Amino acid sequence: MKEFLEGSRAIAEIVKRCRPGVISAYPITPQTHIVEDLAQFVADGALKCEFVNVESEHSAASVVLGGVAAGVRSYTATSSQGLFYMMEVLFNIAGMRLPLVLTCANRAISAPINIWNDQQDSISLRDSGWVQMYAEDIQEASDFHMLAYKLTEDASIMLPVMVCMDGFILTHGIETVDMPRQEEVDKFLPPYRPLYKLDTADPVSMGILADPDYYMETRFAIQETMKKVLEKIPVLTQDFSKAFGRAYNGLVEGYRIDDAEKVIVALGSVCGTIKEVVDELRSKGKKVGLLKITTFRPFPAQKVQEALKDIPKVAVLDRALSLGSYAPVAAEVKAAFFGKKKGPKVISSFIAGLGGRDITKDSIREVFSLLTAKEVSCEFIDLKPELLKEKYE
Amino acid sequence: MSKTLFVPGHTACAGCGQSMGARLVIDAAGPNTIVVNNTGCLEVFSTKYPESAWQVPWIHSLFENAAAVASGVESALKFLGTKDSTNVIVQAGDGGTADIGLQAISGMLERNHDILFVCYDNEAYMNTGIQRSGLTPFDTNTTTSPIGAQSTGNVRPKKPMPEIAAAHGVPYVATASVGFTQDVQRKVKKALSIKGAKYLQIHVPCPLGWRHESSMTIQVAKAAVEAGLYPLVEYEYGKLTAVRQIQPKPVEEYLKLQGRFKHLMKSPEEIKKVQAIADSNIEKYGLKTQA
Ligand SMILES: Cc1ncc(C[n+]2csc(CCOP(=O)(O)OP(=O)(O)O)c2C)c(N)n1
Ligand SMILES: [Mg+2]
Repeated sequence: MKEFLEGSRAIAEIVKRCRPGVISAYPITPQTHIVEDLAQFVADGALKCEFVNVESEHSAASVVLGGVAAGVRSYTATSSQGLFYMMEVLFNIAGMRLPLVLTCANRAISAPINIWNDQQDSISLRDSGWVQMYAEDIQEASDFHMLAYKLTEDASIMLPVMVCMDGFILTHGIETVDMPRQEEVDKFLPPYRPLYKLDTADPVSMGILADPDYYMETRFAIQETMKKVLEKIPVLTQDFSKAFGRAYNGLVEGYRIDDAEKVIVALGSVCGTIKEVVDELRSKGKKVGLLKITTFRPFPAQKVQEALKDIPKVAVLDRALSLGSYAPVAAEVKAAFFGKKKGPKVISSFIAGLGGRDITKDSIREVFSLLTAKEVSCEFIDLKPELLKEKYE
Repeated sequence: MSKTLFVPGHTACAGCGQSMGARLVIDAAGPNTIVVNNTGCLEVFSTKYPESAWQVPWIHSLFENAAAVASGVESALKFLGTKDSTNVIVQAGDGGTADIGLQAISGMLERNHDILFVCYDNEAYMNTGIQRSGLTPFDTNTTTSPIGAQSTGNVRPKKPMPEIAAAHGVPYVATASVGFTQDVQRKVKKALSIKGAKYLQIHVPCPLGWRHESSMTIQVAKAAVEAGLYPLVEYEYGKLTAVRQIQPKPVEEYLKLQGRFKHLMKSPEEIKKVQAIADSNIEKYGLKTQA
């Protein structure tokens, strides 16, 4: 049913329909509305679930780790500092091959403290073993949670999934969202049947010590499974489209790129703005397009190559940095073409929208206009020169 | 079926008090138990892949989060409707409890999860090589509170962890010692008969870290209690309800058994300070047997 919903509300509604038995979270803007709504569902008896109010994100992640280890579908959500505070638990969850879904309401990282959107938080956890999906709009964010549970609980996968949605822009924005009925979700996502769990009838030891004779194979196994994720997601999105009528590629999506001369590569909500600018410029005869990366981990390098191999000029727009080196998404896109015969002549890298600075249509137009034969790296868009004047010798 | 749920073959040192404690605890708890373990000696010596000493479901995640992982396990069992037939026990060292794990354990106690938290108190970070913790006693020689021209060892007395736990108003808090094995098992059984959050702190000598003969573990543990340095107490709902009474012996009887206190033997002044800690315990908890 189509409903006019705040993004956070949509996530709470879809998580409720996924029927987690354990939810644990700790408040941090802009994630708060999601868990407040879920707490209300539990208080109203609309969701049968143990809602555990913990004293920190470290414990929130640990509670859901324990919940799913005991065989119950579990859920948590966080942002920014909260995600970082969870970090060692998140690596642990992936290493233990526990199927979990976490919503990351993307927010900048301190210092300076800043509650607004960029993607430095989740991007910094790209090596954690979590699958990462980035939503362009609220509908995607909502749908990706169903896909995420389906993927993480697949016996051939068993890796946790982080659904990333831009803070405020998507969590507090309001859109028309098609909310599936409970029966439809139940059909798509049957109850969780654990491969292994803490069970007194069949005792297992989980999270045990692996010395140099055994550790490396566990990491290799995750690396191999990540390849399977790239195969699995398109299969699941097909099932999804049969069930709900909405089609996603799930890995990358090209927008008007077939004959394009210039393409911007981006993640998340900014793709909506880019599409508008692409349409405008196309109506003026400019051959431009967008490549949206939906799944950033595992990185769909082959799909990126296929999509961009004939594009002369590519701009990668990052909303995060790897301070002191190439921008995170740009580095991946460039690496995808290393040693390849065919590929863009130029792959320029741009940084925009850090700490919630709006990425306007003008910002996108500027990226297209700076995308010339001269390759640039980490070119900041919308910097304020007047703030950069002070000098300390 | 083996007679114990914590089977031999693990790699603990000879005379390890913690391994004795762990066996006493799990055998008192029985097979309908799920164990959540912090990082530390016990986890390392009992679950080196591809072996495990545990005959009950057992999980280890990290150093400081076992109380939270257990909160999740307990919540899942509640959701499944199997909590009432399953015990959940957390096991952690003194460091994983009183220092880095304090926040998570406080959360678990405050939420009153139906979990028994067992702290195996060997009075230092043993797994990483005998560094001091918040439960290391006053004047102990450890690798990070070494003795020297300016130092007589650890500068502060033990953090009052049982009192901190009891202050949460949970139904049951107790201390025990592997020197008194039946008392350990009685307390485990009592704790598990009560619904809600429970805390049990067990004194477990570490021959390597305390530098005593590995055959002396039980004797050393007993001596700590008999000196008044490890009061065996029980709290219910925040109130002291029982203490094990003693005929106090001088603290030297205990200190002289261990290399970690060897430097005190030449220093009557320092021994006096340790004696003052014991005297204050004896007074505070009413430890002395009335004639
Ligand atoms: C976050 C973190 N910090 C430090 C460590 C290193 N570490 C592992 S076990 C341990 C000491 C454990 O001491 P305790 O809890 O007293 O248990 P014991 O080994 O003495 O039984 C330390 C410091 C770690 N694993 N994780
Ligand atoms: Mg210790």
